[in-house]
Amino acid sequence: MSNNATWARIGGTLRRNAWQAVPTILGIIVLNFVLMELVPGDAADVIAAEAGSATAESMAQLRAHFGLDLPMLRRLWDYLSGLVFLDLGVSPRHNTEVTTLIFGRLGNTLLLMGTALGVAVLSGVLIGVLMSLKAGKWQDRVLSVLALLLYSTPGFWLGLMAIVLFSVKLGWLPTGGDHSIGAGLTGWPAVIDGARHLVLPALATAGFFVAIFSRLTRASMLEVNRQDYVRTAESKGLSPAAITFRHVLRNALIPVTTVAGMHFGALLGGATVIETVFSWPGLGRLALESVLARDYSVLLGILFMASLLVIVVNMLVDLLHAWLDPRIQIR
Amino acid sequence: MRLNTNLSSHAVLKTIGQRTSRFLLNAAVATLGLSLSLGAVAQTASTTAAPVPTDAAKRGGTLTWIVTPEPAAFVPLTTTAGGSTDLGPKVVEGLFNFDVKLQPIPALATAWQVTPDGLRYTFTLRKGVKWHDGKDFSAADVVFSIETLKTVHPRGRVTFANVRSIEAPDAHTVILLLDKPAPYLLTALDGAESPIIPKHLYEGKDIASNPLNNAPIGTGPFVFKEWVRGSYVKLERNPNYWDQPRPYLDAIVARFIPDAAARAAALESGEVQLGNKVIPLSDIERFKALPKITVDITAWPYVGDHQQIYFNLDSEPFKRREVRLAVAQALNLDVFAKTIWYGHGVPSATPIGAASPFHNPAIKRYPYDVKAAEAALDAAGYKRGADGKRFAVRLLNNPFQDRRAADFVRQSLIRIGIDAELQTLDFATYVTRVYTDRAFDITLENLTNVFDPTIGVQRVFWSKNFKVGLPFSNAPHYVSADADRLLEAAAGEADAARRRALFFEFQEVIHRDIPSIELGANPNVTIAARNLHDWGVNAGGVRANLARAYFSKP
Repeated sequence: MSNNATWARIGGTLRRNAWQAVPTILGIIVLNFVLMELVPGDAADVIAAEAGSATAESMAQLRAHFGLDLPMLRRLWDYLSGLVFLDLGVSPRHNTEVTTLIFGRLGNTLLLMGTALGVAVLSGVLIGVLMSLKAGKWQDRVLSVLALLLYSTPGFWLGLMAIVLFSVKLGWLPTGGDHSIGAGLTGWPAVIDGARHLVLPALATAGFFVAIFSRLTRASMLEVNRQDYVRTAESKGLSPAAITFRHVLRNALIPVTTVAGMHFGALLGGATVIETVFSWPGLGRLALESVLARDYSVLLGILFMASLLVIVVNMLVDLLHAWLDPRIQIR
Repeated sequence: MRLNTNLSSHAVLKTIGQRTSRFLLNAAVATLGLSLSLGAVAQTASTTAAPVPTDAAKRGGTLTWIVTPEPAAFVPLTTTAGGSTDLGPKVVEGLFNFDVKLQPIPALATAWQVTPDGLRYTFTLRKGVKWHDGKDFSAADVVFSIETLKTVHPRGRVTFANVRSIEAPDAHTVILLLDKPAPYLLTALDGAESPIIPKHLYEGKDIASNPLNNAPIGTGPFVFKEWVRGSYVKLERNPNYWDQPRPYLDAIVARFIPDAAARAAALESGEVQLGNKVIPLSDIERFKALPKITVDITAWPYVGDHQQIYFNLDSEPFKRREVRLAVAQALNLDVFAKTIWYGHGVPSATPIGAASPFHNPAIKRYPYDVKAAEAALDAAGYKRGADGKRFAVRLLNNPFQDRRAADFVRQSLIRIGIDAELQTLDFATYVTRVYTDRAFDITLENLTNVFDPTIGVQRVFWSKNFKVGLPFSNAPHYVSADADRLLEAAAGEADAARRRALFFEFQEVIHRDIPSIELGANPNVTIAARNLHDWGVNAGGVRANLARAYFSKP
């Protein structure tokens, strides 16, 4: 197969995926819009209540200002027609463009999620390989127990305990935020500073997924180990390392990457908790705050963004599968 | 304790005059010393004398401070939400600051005068004050600000409702003419309540959507630098501040940390040096034992914290006073203060808390008496059923309050056979349930007294403020001709002594009718680094401008 044909095929797949994504995203938005309608209270209620001293007139003014007095279908239509031009609307609460708010946070969340997912996949796979090589021996048992512990510990608790130990008691790492505010660092010191802030939240997020990926890798490694081609490779006299990494792991990675792709959504959801504990200025917290403030336009924008991300990540996983196992067709 | 409006205006002017002249003298002496040392001859003393580092030892440092929750806007202009009143005064000032006895301290105004009938206020403004963009501050700004506050500020509509006209006869004098007396007006002129905004940047634009509300230009001790949403606000010292050598701090960083445990960790590790209402009450004792930290529990009069329990007087059992009295008797509020408040709050049996000069200390609680409560409920026809329950109620709790308070009330109600179901809701749902749907029987609220009962307390008990759909209006649906008359009379009474008597009588009426059970000021815990000083010199505590706050060597 020529390279050009491959790229054309990938391009076609991406186009088809993108078209399939449109009704999905539309459905997500309409569903969320309706759900938010059903929740008691609106942005004007929250703003007026926070002020503690609104008048009936000022509330009517607020609603008119935000367009909350219009019928629901009209607002949904306005929102969707804005979306065609990638206009996500204005946040009544922050008095700012939703796109500004979201892009201000998106990078932070992607950094945290990407690091956490990277750490989780890497260490999970390594631990899984180790466990499968030592299956049934004490190393396997110890690691299994550790994985079970990580699996059953909530991320926020892990995070809090890490803060107490590494920040309060030892004073090694900062308790929260994404950089040292007011230090005005640039260049390498800024990168190192950012990394120091990233360590604890990324590890706390990764904890649960390390457990999943290690167990999954172990199981599929043991599964693949029994395949005929592994026996063939062994009988050819290949080194154990070559067998493990080139023949077994490569095939065992298919279920791992599938699950990693599927968990990306869960990772975004879990971000809310970790971002709250570590006061990490990311999308998860923005989403939570928007729900509590009934800031619909921001929430819809985040959900729109998140659904795009999930679709993109799944497409990447498909491509990765095709690379890992050429027998898998790019759909 | 009385408000200054009670004193003769002459005496008031004299006090302010003394303060001002002392300041002038200091400034003059200092300036003279400076000019002599420089060998210069021509120097004139003014209230904005050249920077004089008389307190060089106090100068410097960055204060990191927790504000929670992150507010929607920086300047408390169209909102009075907590975070805005915390942040605003550091950048945008009012005409006065207030000391812990609610007495005015000159800020943008140096003196004021009120006619005995309370209908004419004359303010003398400070000369030589500049906005952070370098323009001169003048009377036109004050006129514009008060006119704006009167239309867009949630409380300003009430505060300035009686103001008929605002005049500026010269650049440093402002005169307010009122239709009726407004005895609460002067106390409202703090930066947190009535911020003075620059006319040249606001005029002719929509007030609510002006970006300056989030990136303010003010006259205050600190200059706004940046606001990274969801993370922090950065302020830097204003080198041209009128009150030299203040501010002492080089910068202030306000951080938004949503999780209570993370806030406690940040304070404990020393990353953050100041925070008000940021740690759980259960942490107080632990923090007291920490060597580098002080724990302050002051009920700040400008904030007027106040916690209360409202009955829904429209729901069947609570229409009857004897049932409400039975509930009042069933609550052991001494135990409440000891266990829920960890012994730190300031209880009050009346809706006007003990920090207010209008609090009536003669009113005592109905004594704790479970037997009497049960007997009263029996007599009222609510006998215990076969399951030991008399009737069921929906118990709600403002989610910004400690949930344990609601648990305490629930337990107390169950003890006398009232089956209370506690509903835990998010803020918006809570507000809708209570104030729009009115789907509750008892609710635990926290409506602060603020700086004056006409502004902070009247809204709850005034029958004309029963408005369905309006948050924090008259939740009990209390209708009393007596209370209405007293509240309305107090709102327009220029004589402070008579006004006080009216409020005293009002508190007796509430105590008699029991539309609410008042708990008092819940503990207002401020955690500060031990080497941070003078952050709490004004009536608002950390809400004031922090111009005097400084660090000593750790």
